[in-house]
Amino acid sequence: MNPVDLKYSKEHEYARVDGNIVTFGITDHAQESLGDVVFVELPDEGATVTAGKSYGTVESVKAVSDIIASVSGKVVEVNTQVMDSPDLLNSDPYGEGWLIKVEADDLTALDSMMSAGEYETFLAQEEH
Amino acid sequence: MTELKRTPLYEEHLGAKAKLIDFGGWEMPVQYAGVIDEHHAVRTKAGLFDVSHMGEIDVNGKEALAFLQMLITNDVSNLVDGRILYSPMCYPNGGIVDDLLVYRYGPEHYFIVVNASNSDKDYAWMVEQAKEFEVSVENLSEQYAQLALQGPLAEIILQRITNINLAQIRYYAFAHGEVDGVSCLISRTGYTGEDGFEIYVSPQFARQLWQKILEIGTPEGIQPIGLGARDTLRFEARLPLYGNELGPEISPLEAGLGIFVKLDKIAFIGKDALLTQKEQGIPRKLVGLEMIGRGIARSHYPLQKDGEEIGFVTSGSFSPTLNKNIALGLIRSDLAVQEAVLDVMIRGKAVQAKIVPSLFYKRG
Repeated sequence: MNPVDLKYSKEHEYARVDGNIVTFGITDHAQESLGDVVFVELPDEGATVTAGKSYGTVESVKAVSDIIASVSGKVVEVNTQVMDSPDLLNSDPYGEGWLIKVEADDLTALDSMMSAGEYETFLAQEEH
Repeated sequence: MTELKRTPLYEEHLGAKAKLIDFGGWEMPVQYAGVIDEHHAVRTKAGLFDVSHMGEIDVNGKEALAFLQMLITNDVSNLVDGRILYSPMCYPNGGIVDDLLVYRYGPEHYFIVVNASNSDKDYAWMVEQAKEFEVSVENLSEQYAQLALQGPLAEIILQRITNINLAQIRYYAFAHGEVDGVSCLISRTGYTGEDGFEIYVSPQFARQLWQKILEIGTPEGIQPIGLGARDTLRFEARLPLYGNELGPEISPLEAGLGIFVKLDKIAFIGKDALLTQKEQGIPRKLVGLEMIGRGIARSHYPLQKDGEEIGFVTSGSFSPTLNKNIALGLIRSDLAVQEAVLDVMIRGKAVQAKIVPSLFYKRG
């Protein structure tokens, strides 16, 4: 269910790496626990984000959730479609529901992230 | 942490794969299919809520009426058997203890329904106030489960399994009868802005009724509804929520509940304070807000005008019916002008909103 080519964080976010461009998004588990996503706040193109720091928020009907950057770098693309249709985060978190693309300063922060298999183990442990 | 209380329908919620949360010490379903989906079901079809956590208090005795007249702000003297009255209940300083429903069983016998998270506090408050009256006050919360069937198709569905002629139960009226062969109290009340009923039943029959109503309502598309949609539904219809629009620091006049405060009654707890407030000017007013900028106002976010704090958000959400981000805010009365623009402080950032009529939704 969670794509094997992505890296996952304990905050239930993913990073898709393509060269030095990293795409951020939230995991299927994250959208499931949030419920209907109704609002997404994202940085502007050209803004910088810092690994481990919040770069925006995702809000469901009932909850506000910070989204955390997995690498530091410059925002090169923003998915404006999710700002108009936040429900894409629910229906297609790994596809059309991606959030931003970042040109990474360096990729070492990704080393501490989990593989799909490790993330599934982490989810199973979190249930208890 | 103390153990969460569960309603008799807990197993039903688990079976329906509901997401459960701690609500005022109760483990309650926040959603089943999803808040927005459930919200629309109630607006267009019918939804069934487990509201067994609500508190029920019995008031009985020769001076029951005199006691209630002193206890609450609304006027109970005109209430007749089989009818229901909504009222705030205030502290001497005019702050709100809770809001409640009074069902009149008879001239000396009333049934009070209070908010779940307040029921112990309310009961203690009522017992204290009852000392000077010839009346008995009894907490019956454990003896009742409560189901709310709400939505435009609620009557059609419920009529199939009850011997009560529902068409004859007017808004804010009730009757005793049978639902699926089980003895119940049914009232035409609710907390959604839709037509509908609240059904009070002995806890041992709660699961039977829950299953039966969902089963017979299937052709109409009935759904179980969680507290998430209950909140968005009540909020769109400007029905106040204790802890948001109502509380010990907020007067019913400020909360827009003036029509439920009868200042011409001889005496009631909080009258002097509320009278003074009315004469000197009500300091704050509850207003509707519609976001102009991007963002959702959430409860307790500060509201500013020209950099000065003028109030706070009491409830705010995406509105599934209007497809807009809206809020209710308590602000300085002099600034409560329709169409006026103010700032909602969202995590330190000012986002514009404008004042609009607070009744966001009224059923057609």
